[in-house]
Amino acid sequence: MMFIMPILQLIIIPLAADYEIKHLSISVIDQDHSTYSKRLTSKLTSSGYFRLVQYDNSYSKALENVGNGKTDLILTIPAHFERDLIKENKATLALAADAVSNTKAGLGSSFATQIINDFNNEIREEWIRLPRFNDLPQIQITNVNWYNPHIDYHLFMVPGILAILVTMVGSFLASLNIVSEKEIGTIEQINVTPIKKHEFILGKLIPFWVLGMISVTMGMLVAFAIFRIIPQGSYLLIYLFSGVYLLSVLGIGLLLSTFSDSQQQATLFAFFFMMVFVLMSGLYTPIDSMPTWAKVIAYCNPPMYFVKVIRSIFIKGSGFTDMLPEFGAIVVFAIFFNLLAILNYRKRSA
Amino acid sequence: MSSVIIENITKTYEKGIVKALDNVSFEVKSGELFGLIGADGAGKTTLFRILTTLLIPDSGKATVAGFDVIKDLKQIRQIVGYMPGKFSLYQDLSIEENLNFFATVFGTTVEENFELIRDIYVQIEPFKKRLAGKLSGGMKQKLALCCALIHEPKVLFLDEPTTGVDPVSRKEFWEMLGRLKERGITIIVSTPYMDEAKLCDRIALIQNSKILDVDTLEGILTKNKQNLFAVSSDNMYQLLKDLRAYTDAVSCFAFGQHHHLQVKTPTSSDEKLRAYLAHRNHTNVSIETINPDIEDTFIKLMQDA
Repeated sequence: MMFIMPILQLIIIPLAADYEIKHLSISVIDQDHSTYSKRLTSKLTSSGYFRLVQYDNSYSKALENVGNGKTDLILTIPAHFERDLIKENKATLALAADAVSNTKAGLGSSFATQIINDFNNEIREEWIRLPRFNDLPQIQITNVNWYNPHIDYHLFMVPGILAILVTMVGSFLASLNIVSEKEIGTIEQINVTPIKKHEFILGKLIPFWVLGMISVTMGMLVAFAIFRIIPQGSYLLIYLFSGVYLLSVLGIGLLLSTFSDSQQQATLFAFFFMMVFVLMSGLYTPIDSMPTWAKVIAYCNPPMYFVKVIRSIFIKGSGFTDMLPEFGAIVVFAIFFNLLAILNYRKRSA
Repeated sequence: MSSVIIENITKTYEKGIVKALDNVSFEVKSGELFGLIGADGAGKTTLFRILTTLLIPDSGKATVAGFDVIKDLKQIRQIVGYMPGKFSLYQDLSIEENLNFFATVFGTTVEENFELIRDIYVQIEPFKKRLAGKLSGGMKQKLALCCALIHEPKVLFLDEPTTGVDPVSRKEFWEMLGRLKERGITIIVSTPYMDEAKLCDRIALIQNSKILDVDTLEGILTKNKQNLFAVSSDNMYQLLKDLRAYTDAVSCFAFGQHHHLQVKTPTSSDEKLRAYLAHRNHTNVSIETINPDIEDTFIKLMQDA
């Protein structure tokens, strides 16, 4: 149970939570019916990003389609598009996007703009007809995506989700375990024994540390088996970071357990912290684009460092020296949370 | 020599609003089987938790085997055995595993002190592979006692060990306590059952966070001599009301098949009472002079307090 759930998540989430926008629905309102308008339309649909759902000259029908969710983008090609373009050297197009889904609208219109620009260049080249020597200075931009040449979304998400899963196993299972001892009353019996505080806490840390390491291993196996993702960096480094990171999340778990008296309470705590952990970790949204105050929170968020580290090792193959600052941060977290947990754990009450 | 000394212990909860123990003082002699008798919520568990160093009292002083419960908690934890009222062993470990675990925690082995628990352990040994959570109530208590004894404690605290246990197991349990006492272990046991008081060397009656009296059972009974009649008739409910209205009555409570009536004037004659009840149209009246037992005494002390 403990392993199956995270592994299912690791399999399902990267497949489902995909940022790559494909098959956006587009309505083309062609009021020109010229060669160029047809060429532009076929260029859009052949790009693979767009699926043509409507091709006619009724704008009101297109709006209706947006209303009932059938189409995401409307491209209006006005009458005399071809003529204006050739004669007057410019023509206008209207692009409207359904902005209910922010990312869809943003990405969709930028894809469309890019394609239209491309189309524009093509036309110009055709009309200029091989100049004697460039009388038209041009800057050509070539993109190279380092480390992830095909912008494979899975390569980016799988290591990140793996990091979050380790966080969950580490912090919340440990905290629930101690709180359940409080609930059942076994902690009472333990408290009257001469067992030392640090012995008790170590006894709780070690099994969950081992479980955490096993879940890292299983996560990497799943990453390979399902997504064919193999870390570029060293396995040893992954285990080193996971080991230290687990200590710090276990510390958080222990601290949570000293604050809660029932499993419900601990679960609520866990739920709250999990939201912060996931959303402030840079897993979905880049830290760099956050406002300053949110960045401060993110820098206090241990999973942020681990997500970064695991991604670097998996995708870039970073070495230990590249990640010294992150390593330092994780070590500080580990010491800080465990110390706080030990100080806050009381064998007797006032 | 006193094994446990409690002086003016006061403990409140909820920032002083709820009083759990109010200026409690008594001593338990070494090697004694001491009973703490009181109703639910009287403060028994709070006192136990203070003596086993789990709780810090608001004020007052207590020592266990010469160690202070506030300062010397480490030493106390080595030498006391505590069996909480709620079963609190690991339900997902077997009998054997629980025993081994607690032996290890105390830095000893089951073999080392097996003599001490042999009598009890043989009764649960056939089920030693069974998980503690799957045991019956009586067996759970026996296992808990084994675990509390495994490090050969000098003082044993048992919080309501027989609550919810069948009568046969209760009897067996008290026999075991008797044998442990012979080995020189000081035992403090709390119970809401008055009939278990006679099995203790001395008892403390506790009610509403106060100690009512501490003495041997006989001592308490002789100190609190009462003039008691056990009365019954055909209409018991009406009888109770009439007896309470009787001019000479101090109190009257239902005790099983009879009502126990305490009267002010010491008399062995029941003539007046008989006449009164006849006047009230009670039929089939039976009146007996009785010696008060612990329950009568407890009720009297409660009323006096």
